[in-house]
Amino acid sequence: MNALEKRLLNDFQRDLPLTPRPFASMAEALGVTEEDVIGGLRTLTERGVVSRVGPVFRPQRCGASSLVAMAVPEDQLEAVAELVNAYPEVNHNYEREHHFNLWFVVTADTEEHLQALVKHIEQQTGLTTLSLPMQAEYHIDLGFPLQWD
Amino acid sequence: MGLSTQDQRLVAAIQCGLPLVPRPYAEIGARIGLSEEETIARVQALLADGTIKRLGVVVRHHELGYRANAMAVWNVPDEQVDDVGRRIGAVDFVTLCYRRPRRLPDWPYNLFSMIHGQDRDAVMRNIEHLVECCGLQDIPHEVLFSRRRFKQCGAHYIGSPARPAIAEAMPETARGLP
Repeated sequence: MNALEKRLLNDFQRDLPLTPRPFASMAEALGVTEEDVIGGLRTLTERGVVSRVGPVFRPQRCGASSLVAMAVPEDQLEAVAELVNAYPEVNHNYEREHHFNLWFVVTADTEEHLQALVKHIEQQTGLTTLSLPMQAEYHIDLGFPLQWD
Repeated sequence: MGLSTQDQRLVAAIQCGLPLVPRPYAEIGARIGLSEEETIARVQALLADGTIKRLGVVVRHHELGYRANAMAVWNVPDEQVDDVGRRIGAVDFVTLCYRRPRRLPDWPYNLFSMIHGQDRDAVMRNIEHLVECCGLQDIPHEVLFSRRRFKQCGAHYIGSPARPAIAEAMPETARGLP
């Protein structure tokens, strides 16, 4: 990670300039050119270090979402994960060390769609789910301070 | 859902990120029939009302060497959960903190927090610190480390107009699973 990349990653996790040329504003703050900023962000995105340059939405302000947990027999885990992944409404699908070993987030445009989808996953897998929708949020997302070695 | 049709289109257009071009708001606006100025004003409004929590570079912790992450879950008495949640949510290595329902008898935990660290030991030290600094010694908890990441992407709240019905969207791979 070069010095410009480190600053691109750490200094602009919030408050992307709301100006017609936000990357030029960033370039000015960094003492580089607009092309350097755009090129740097493109490279970081291609390398997968940056997920996107854009918004983080407050959960449940748009549509419906839920954290879903399943206890999947070990020998079925990959197949069930693949099945679950194939739904475009699913993201953040992780194996976790627990009896409930598969955890993913389902988002949908409506509550009905969300419930139908979870039910569909249960029918497809023959397994039950725990659906755990968010009831309150306590964390204010200001980005994540990075520590460089 | 509380958003105007125009704002829904805007959310759909930016949820996977702004285009990395000199005038990204102009390009987004062109896709949804807004001027650059109007696009900037609407994004500003969505930030002001909290629909957008932050606008900026969204990093993937894993790719940056924060290889360990754990979901620490807590069984907090209902009358204390807001207070404890706010305390945990204010700690800087906590990246998410939510109240969710218990599902008894299988699932007794009602407070979820996400803790990142460069390795497993760092995450465990952070959780020990959390217990001490937030006075959680008497609150039962479990730590669920992640193993494999099967999928991670930005949340898609609003589908494209052409979103197929669930049955049609059912993946080929889904069929024939036990």
